[in-house]
Amino acid sequence: MELSLATSIGQIHLDRPVMLASGILGISLDVFKRLYLSGAGAVVTKSLSTEPWEGYPNPTIFSVKGGGWINAIGLSNPGAPNFAKIIEPNKDVPIIVSMVGSIPQDFETMIKQFEHCQVTAYELNLSCPHVAKVGLEVGDDPELVKKIVSTVKNSTHIPVIAKVGLGTSNYLDTVGAAIDSGIDAITAINTVRAMAIDAETQRPILSNRYGGLSGTPIKPIALRCVYEISSKYDVPIIGCGGISTWEDAIEFFLAGASAIQLGSAIGDNWISVFHEINKGILQYMKRKNYSNIKEMIGLAKRS
Amino acid sequence: MQRDHNHPTIVTIEKVIDETPTVRTLIFSDEIMSEALPGQFAMVWIPGINELPMSIMISKEPGKAAFTVRKHGPASTGLFNMKVGEQIGIRGPYGNSFDLKEGKLLLVGGGTGLVPMMRLLTFVKPRDDVTVLIGAKTKDEVFFEDLAKSLLEEHHRHHVIVSTDDGSYGEKGFVTDMVEKLLSETKFDGVYTCGPEIMMYKIVQSANSRRLFVQASLERMMKCGVGICGSCCVGTDLVCRDGTVFDGLHLSKNKEFGFFHRNKAGILEHY
Repeated sequence: MELSLATSIGQIHLDRPVMLASGILGISLDVFKRLYLSGAGAVVTKSLSTEPWEGYPNPTIFSVKGGGWINAIGLSNPGAPNFAKIIEPNKDVPIIVSMVGSIPQDFETMIKQFEHCQVTAYELNLSCPHVAKVGLEVGDDPELVKKIVSTVKNSTHIPVIAKVGLGTSNYLDTVGAAIDSGIDAITAINTVRAMAIDAETQRPILSNRYGGLSGTPIKPIALRCVYEISSKYDVPIIGCGGISTWEDAIEFFLAGASAIQLGSAIGDNWISVFHEINKGILQYMKRKNYSNIKEMIGLAKRS
Repeated sequence: MQRDHNHPTIVTIEKVIDETPTVRTLIFSDEIMSEALPGQFAMVWIPGINELPMSIMISKEPGKAAFTVRKHGPASTGLFNMKVGEQIGIRGPYGNSFDLKEGKLLLVGGGTGLVPMMRLLTFVKPRDDVTVLIGAKTKDEVFFEDLAKSLLEEHHRHHVIVSTDDGSYGEKGFVTDMVEKLLSETKFDGVYTCGPEIMMYKIVQSANSRRLFVQASLERMMKCGVGICGSCCVGTDLVCRDGTVFDGLHLSKNKEFGFFHRNKAGILEHY
């Protein structure tokens, strides 16, 4: 039997189901190629804004004792116009362009700037937990989400993904609002708002004080969210949050995800993590007699 | 709880040495950092100010390490101004290290790029013929000359050469011209360098053109230190994780080395 790692997230078709999550390693096309050759099915870019952003001063990222990472990079990025130039020569790598903005026009403007680039999909960052006026503050407002998704969907025929996270309102309402406005897929979840204080110096460690928790500690939360979304809505889902092994990947497929993203695992296991997870998924499929990813999706919801 | 090397460990500054009017060495106790390899770095948190990547300097006392910092921007000036008894957080050590050859070795350091060279000197063998070349703009900026000499005391054959751009101390001229001269006179088994990138670029070129083994330790803006944030990318490489040390032949294929670095937003800027 021919085993295939190919997967479809709605109209997004990938050869392999493991993607680089947004915010990780994303400012050079050379690095994207390297990740693709290392087994990533697609790379999601850093969240682009209409203008270049420097982000917060260091410390911006470090690990949490006991597991996981905490970061407040502050969405540093070269800005959509500069970034479009970086990826314009790309022909081989499936690139998903992540965008961040406060109003529908921000996203509309940026999509125009990527017109000459080969973009596999757009991912709307509605969930960054540590920058004001964008990300989670937008995602927490389902009415604004509706306006943004509608505007974006009217601006492009390329598939659009909404990345949601845990804010102050019910994230399932955010998902519902995005679906009502025609979203093609959902990525769940972003990092979880958190902070770290150093007992010795008696200060918050992050320069921004608040940041987002990622890595293995949030995996069960992300898995719960994927399961909840797939139970409530009929929408393709990309699972994200603390995935570091092939078993984690399988669990997300079983919960209802069509593909997965990872980031923090690179900090622990470096770039070979993509190949390792792909290999583990294939071995699992062989053992369980599956020929493709689709056969596994949502199986954990069986009564 | 066991130490997490990706989480800041708080250490206290025990001694401060003024190397030049703008360069200081801050010494602290830490077993793990004291055993760092040449080329490795730490992320250094200056509480309330910033965090920056620093090559891990040696200390003559066992169990101790240091940072040698030149005051430049707000972060490095913050570290420069730290006093004995004050606390900093350290993560790491991160990165790879120099591959040590045997025989005739040339170590070239410019400014605080001398830090990994001093640590490398603690690894060379007494029978190696070691030349240390210290480059500086002017006499006031020369440091680590005596340290280099004392680290090479047991060596029968060793040379410590200082060159200043203006000739106010040691040999007169650019350190890169001195390297070109030394390489044309002697066949070195290994060339190692750390310092301003244009300097390293020229040294790598000089060594590559003679097919000599050469390695350079690169510096870039860094945030995470572990290969997640991407800030330090140079072409396909991440300096924090693939480096900081790269082979000359590898660097000669990198279109950014010697020409571009990225700013805080990730935009390429010319040197």
